[in-house]
Amino acid sequence: MADPELKEVPRDCDGQHPMITPGHSLASVTEKISDVTFLPVKKMPKEWFIGFAIAFMLLQLLFLGITWLLTQGTGVWGLNVPVAWGFAIINFVWWIGIGHAGTLISAILLLFKQDWRMSISRFAEAMTLMAVACAGMFPLLHLGRPWLFYWLFPYPNSMGMWPQFRSPLVWDVFAVSTYATVSVVFWYTGLLPDLAAMRDRAKNKAVQFIYGALSFGWNGSARHWHRYEIASLLLAGLSTPLVLSVHSIVSLDFAVSVIPGWHTTIFPPYFVAGAIYAGFAMVLTIMIPVRKIYGMGDFLTERHLNTMSKVMLVSGLIVAYGYLMEVFFGWYSGNPYEKGMLNNRFVGPYNWSYWALILCNIAVPQLLWSYKIRTNPILLWIICQFISVGMWLERFVIVVVSLHRDFMPSNWDGYFGTRWDWAVYIGTIGFFLTLVFIFIRVLPMISIFEMRELVHKEHEKKHGGGDH
Amino acid sequence: MATKKKQPEDLYGVIAQFDDSHELMKAADAAREAGYVNMDAYSPVPVHGLDETLGRKRSKLPYIVLCGGITGLCLGFALQVWVSCIEYPVNVGGRPFFSWPSFIPVAYECTILFAALSAAFFMCYLNGLLRPYQSIFNAPNFERASIDRFFLCIEVEDPKFEYNEVLEFMGAFNTENVADVPK
Repeated sequence: MADPELKEVPRDCDGQHPMITPGHSLASVTEKISDVTFLPVKKMPKEWFIGFAIAFMLLQLLFLGITWLLTQGTGVWGLNVPVAWGFAIINFVWWIGIGHAGTLISAILLLFKQDWRMSISRFAEAMTLMAVACAGMFPLLHLGRPWLFYWLFPYPNSMGMWPQFRSPLVWDVFAVSTYATVSVVFWYTGLLPDLAAMRDRAKNKAVQFIYGALSFGWNGSARHWHRYEIASLLLAGLSTPLVLSVHSIVSLDFAVSVIPGWHTTIFPPYFVAGAIYAGFAMVLTIMIPVRKIYGMGDFLTERHLNTMSKVMLVSGLIVAYGYLMEVFFGWYSGNPYEKGMLNNRFVGPYNWSYWALILCNIAVPQLLWSYKIRTNPILLWIICQFISVGMWLERFVIVVVSLHRDFMPSNWDGYFGTRWDWAVYIGTIGFFLTLVFIFIRVLPMISIFEMRELVHKEHEKKHGGGDH
Repeated sequence: MATKKKQPEDLYGVIAQFDDSHELMKAADAAREAGYVNMDAYSPVPVHGLDETLGRKRSKLPYIVLCGGITGLCLGFALQVWVSCIEYPVNVGGRPFFSWPSFIPVAYECTILFAALSAAFFMCYLNGLLRPYQSIFNAPNFERASIDRFFLCIEVEDPKFEYNEVLEFMGAFNTENVADVPK
């Protein structure tokens, strides 16, 4: 079933689907993208209002959940012994993983000179920031005394105490803080030329002033562009090892412990692949509806859907390999506790989560081998929801199923999330979506100058070359 | 021969507007050949080769970022060594106080943090961004520089600047407009 958004466009000279529908000029690209933010309230698509309303209501659920948690204590959550870490860590890892796709798209694909990333990098990177903001709430909230969170940072204090730097939990503090800071810096630097374009197109004086201030006086000088490109490459080159290290450090939260199911060296690459997997699913989850509602099919083409699905398929296969290896280790080790852990996953009380995980993360995404499915926005969107749920279940299996039955049967117990666990989790989804809607409203969701670059390159290819 | 015009009092430079980056490159090339030094080109997209054509040397930014990264590495590592060996040593799992492999992740993150912050901050600083007033914004039609037009401006500070010569020089190219930029 052909999607009406995907007009039949001729393939470009490389035999590929074009990254940008032909026929655009520098001005038309600028207008189409920046017009979204200049729409008067009456002309804004009603889907935005509906979406924002739902997101805002879920945000209230977050406030409610946090308030109740802070006043009553972590007892309102389902934590117990042995499952002393529950939804908080699951959600933290889930959100951070989702954030990594944005950095991968902005940074790693920039280094590989993959121009198709240009139209998705802006909102993918924005999504990273919002995901990290959601993730960052959990380490603070799950503390027994959250008002003492600042003790995690090394600062001179009257108690003469310092953090214990050999712990991955402290490494997390530095990794996530650095990740958040560098992502903001990278994203904002990328925005500067676009904020200048907004300043120059704004009609309202106050709006012009605000965008002007935010764009730092960017004027498009060739000298500025030169340094800017160098800075972008450097930031991309720095963000790449950063994103790989952050999720590896997060995985080490588990890997340095001793319990079966956690104590395995495969975790760093397995978590990073899983992060890319979940993150691309979230980028597509946002991208597909936004593309439809705002008519951005010219910039977010069939090629993007196709390529991003392939990336998801690849990372999904790496994740599947990780699961397979876990099973292999459990068996090959001959260790009764490892074998017990595996047995528990297959037939224990939480086996439904393990099999749902296999379905969502391994079985369903195999549909992506089909080109028709990869380029069908609705089916693709549905598959992405399966992947998002599957990745949450993966962390559930790792945290809860491994914890609830460890070495001593006398220690075994069950675990379930209470309504306050769910309230905070769904509330963070609301927070995330609220930020997404605000972002779409006030900032160009696609990188304008990079789209212009694509148009310019096409122009150069056609008219440049010989006659210079 | 056009009649000679009088150079305005508060002139910043003379700007030419092009609708194509090729024309801009040709003009910039010719301007460099003619010996102009204080000039700049403005475009809505980065134009490759334009910066060299305008006669610029390699940027110092990569070296600054490297220094920033090394600073971060040293500070991060030194902090941990000081805390774990001198100020607040704690026996964790029988590890020696100077358990340097455990210090790698935090030192690594500090390296990246300092390097990234240097990259962004010094890019803005060296570019002179964050100036509230820039004369170039007084150029007519300059809003198009961030949309779809290309500009070349030869500044009055240039030692070879002579008002009428520059006007004539600019007029020789396929420009859409040649205008004065007041300060």
